[in-house]
Amino acid sequence: MKYEAVIGLEVHLHLNTKTKAFCGCSTEFGKEPNSQVCPVCLGFPGSLPVYNQTALDYAIKVALALNCKVQEYTKFDRKNYFYPDLPKNYQVSQYDLPLSVCGFLDIELDGKLKRIGITRVHMEEDAGKLIHQDNSSLVDFNRTGVPLLEIVSEPDINSPEEAYEYLSTLKSTIQYLEVSDCDMEKGSLRCDANISLRPAGEKALGIKTELKNMNSFKGVKDALSYEIKRQAEMLDSGETLTQETRLWDVKAQETVSMRTKEGAKDYRYFPEPDLPPFIIKEDKITEIRKTIPELPKEKMQRFIKEYGLSEYDAKILVNSGAGSRFSEEAMKAFPDENKKPVANWIIGPLTALAANYNLQIYELNISPDNFIELAMLVEKDQAISNLTGKTVLEEMYKTGKSAKEIITEKNLAQISDSGSLGGVIEEVIKENPKSVSDFKAGKANAVMFLVGQVMRKSAGKANPKVVQDLIKKRLESA
Amino acid sequence: MESCKLTAHELLEKIKNGEIASEQIFSDLSKRIEGVDSKVKAYVRTSDSQPLVHNSNFRGIPVSIKDNICTEGCNTECCSKILVGFNPPYSATVINKIIESGNSFMGLKCNMDEFAFGSSTENSCFGPTHNPWNLECVPGGSSGGSAAAVAADEAIWALGSDTGGSIRQPASFCGVVGLKPTYGRVSRFGLIAFASSLDQIGPLTKDVRDSALLMNIISGYDPNDSTSINTPVPDYTKDLINDAKGIKVGIPREYFVEGLDPEVKLIIEEAVNKLKTLGAQFKEVSLPHTEYAVPVYYILATAEASSNLARFDGVQYGLRAKTQNLIDMYKKTRQLGFGDEAKRRIILGTFALSHGYYDAYYLRALKVRTLIKQDFDNVFKDFDCIITPTSPTSAFKIGEKVDDPLKMYLSDIYTISVNLAGIPAISIPCGFTKKGLPVGLQILSKHFNEGMLFRLAYAYEQNTEWHKMKPKL
Repeated sequence: MKYEAVIGLEVHLHLNTKTKAFCGCSTEFGKEPNSQVCPVCLGFPGSLPVYNQTALDYAIKVALALNCKVQEYTKFDRKNYFYPDLPKNYQVSQYDLPLSVCGFLDIELDGKLKRIGITRVHMEEDAGKLIHQDNSSLVDFNRTGVPLLEIVSEPDINSPEEAYEYLSTLKSTIQYLEVSDCDMEKGSLRCDANISLRPAGEKALGIKTELKNMNSFKGVKDALSYEIKRQAEMLDSGETLTQETRLWDVKAQETVSMRTKEGAKDYRYFPEPDLPPFIIKEDKITEIRKTIPELPKEKMQRFIKEYGLSEYDAKILVNSGAGSRFSEEAMKAFPDENKKPVANWIIGPLTALAANYNLQIYELNISPDNFIELAMLVEKDQAISNLTGKTVLEEMYKTGKSAKEIITEKNLAQISDSGSLGGVIEEVIKENPKSVSDFKAGKANAVMFLVGQVMRKSAGKANPKVVQDLIKKRLESA
Repeated sequence: MESCKLTAHELLEKIKNGEIASEQIFSDLSKRIEGVDSKVKAYVRTSDSQPLVHNSNFRGIPVSIKDNICTEGCNTECCSKILVGFNPPYSATVINKIIESGNSFMGLKCNMDEFAFGSSTENSCFGPTHNPWNLECVPGGSSGGSAAAVAADEAIWALGSDTGGSIRQPASFCGVVGLKPTYGRVSRFGLIAFASSLDQIGPLTKDVRDSALLMNIISGYDPNDSTSINTPVPDYTKDLINDAKGIKVGIPREYFVEGLDPEVKLIIEEAVNKLKTLGAQFKEVSLPHTEYAVPVYYILATAEASSNLARFDGVQYGLRAKTQNLIDMYKKTRQLGFGDEAKRRIILGTFALSHGYYDAYYLRALKVRTLIKQDFDNVFKDFDCIITPTSPTSAFKIGEKVDDPLKMYLSDIYTISVNLAGIPAISIPCGFTKKGLPVGLQILSKHFNEGMLFRLAYAYEQNTEWHKMKPKL
């Protein structure tokens, strides 16, 4: 039978506040275990929480960017369960009156726009980390009490690809807000998925499973794909699914049952008596709304309109907030109407260079002006070849010098005058009689091989266009 | 030996006049404790090496501290096996305020019902405290150690905590002054929580002036306690004016019903008559939701307690049972560490919050709590104060109610509503039964109107002698 997948995603997001949600401890990642703790986040008897105002502001900012309604009256609740990474054996979270509800996020897949509903965005605190070794388990409480947002989507997602796109769009939107680094490897963004199948065209929902333990967007996509296949096979063979939580095993590329509904916990939520409810006034919301920058969707549309970029290029350039700022400055610095060459240089060599050093393009310490100087030298002045341009770009990153400085220092300027190139061309023609005869026999492509040889001999400094013209002229006249 | 019999304000005067040094007060207290505490057992003494005063710094007047208020460097164990040996790395805000005021605190902590669960101080893992007026009787609870220490002159003044009457009821049983401040008036930071939405720290003292003085010290906004309220603290001694004229007092008819000991009723009526002669105006009022206070309280307080006590799991501090796996560690640690009453309340609270019962119990109780609060709001539109007995009886015998938790819970019937409403209330001595046991008069007022309590209590005290009576030990 043909099935439709019904998917809802639950994203947990670390807010990048300097201090934890309820105490003054640092939230810095990767520090020595249990070096960033105090009686409050350790849940010592008698200690009391005080909510971090910046975390509240950040949470409101995310809620607004996701088009949610921020509720005037909101409160914290306790979610009670015993686990050694949870020092109080309850998590401060939000239950029936979350910070915000009824939002949406528009995603684009294969050129089509789709609106995914956001059920709620609520505030909570993170737990610690367990480290299992031999016969014992150790607890690191550094992460305990780091402010978290839980972003719950409506079950509006119908394929693993849509889920992937939702997560990518969500990530880039939140990165624009600069309230989280959204790094799944550091655990600052985590995602659980609910998925059920129903016969295509039917309204009633099937029995769902909750998927956990995916540690990349690709993992989410793979786990969902696996689960769709598994559930479809079970349904086709007439088996009944059980409502359960399943863990994604990335090595085995399969999901494994963790607990069934019968084993579901009763969290005994009740209002957190140590924290009075919040009244969020309209003027606070207005004030925070002002701090929301242009978001990726709008920026993409503007890039297409203002800079004449293709949708494909624009989408890549706006992916990260800081990256898009760099790109825009670079495009502004480029004098031509047509900004396509700049987009090409960013999406191509610059992105490759950044990826090589595990950095973002704006972290390479190359200013947009310096970057454009290089692009001009290649694209307009043809002072250096494309290939040399890439070398110069890497040098710029390593030395912090400008393109012109590097070209002069390393004597990399492109050779375009026939006088200095003539000798090399003669050499190449002599050494490659086969290609010469091929060309003469009408194989136009043979000339490219000869150009390549000249480029090699000139250590990439020759202007390939000039070389090609010179070779053609030389062979045709002979 | 004599100085420990005095009040804090008398001693402060003597210190000011150079008639006595703080060291002398400590030394007198020390002798008194050596002399009588083997009978009263007001203090918790886990080892002989325990210092009588914290870091031997004799300053001002020492305050005796209930065992659930964190004192850096001194064990704070809530009289529970599960916290034996717990030495907090920080002091409660009230302790810091006491130090800042130029005073100090006793190193020995006052006995209490385990985690403040009880009305008799019999639920302490260190054994019961005895009432100084009759050693066969309980001192009340849960701040029974603090009340008995003050009554027996083993303390100049003391701090207790009050969740449903735990300061006022023992004050009444021991013949001392006990105040439960407005919720949010005194910081809870460092008070090991029983029920966070009800708990308040307050003074137990020999007279009303000491109560006002100690409130001046411990009150005020604390940025470390989100439930503390940022409103100015008046000088409460300004309300000690010996003038009750024109004060409008309500007498709630729901408090003078079956269950109130006739002897206690009579003593309260005499106290009311005394206040009438001093110019206070009395009228009967109604608090119609009074009968729901005890059930509402035991749902909300135990629900919060079940969650507050979840952290005692053997992972980080306190007792840890030796077991092979995590779940067994949790179970065994809590089985060995908690006493019967703690277990009873954790189970009650867990049940009240459980799926399927939450709406019927917890949520319902929350709504009735609002009604109880509204009852008081309505009365305080027309009245300055409400007067009631603090407890339906005087002190009962040790062991009398331990097997009947319901009977025990009812001994807080007159004090519980005050915590549910968050208002302040004071208990002052107002007479003795024929058997020589003290009886307390409870005065209630609206939020942040502690001043009115002090004014009426002081007027009564200045015109009576009850607060000067001392037990023979």
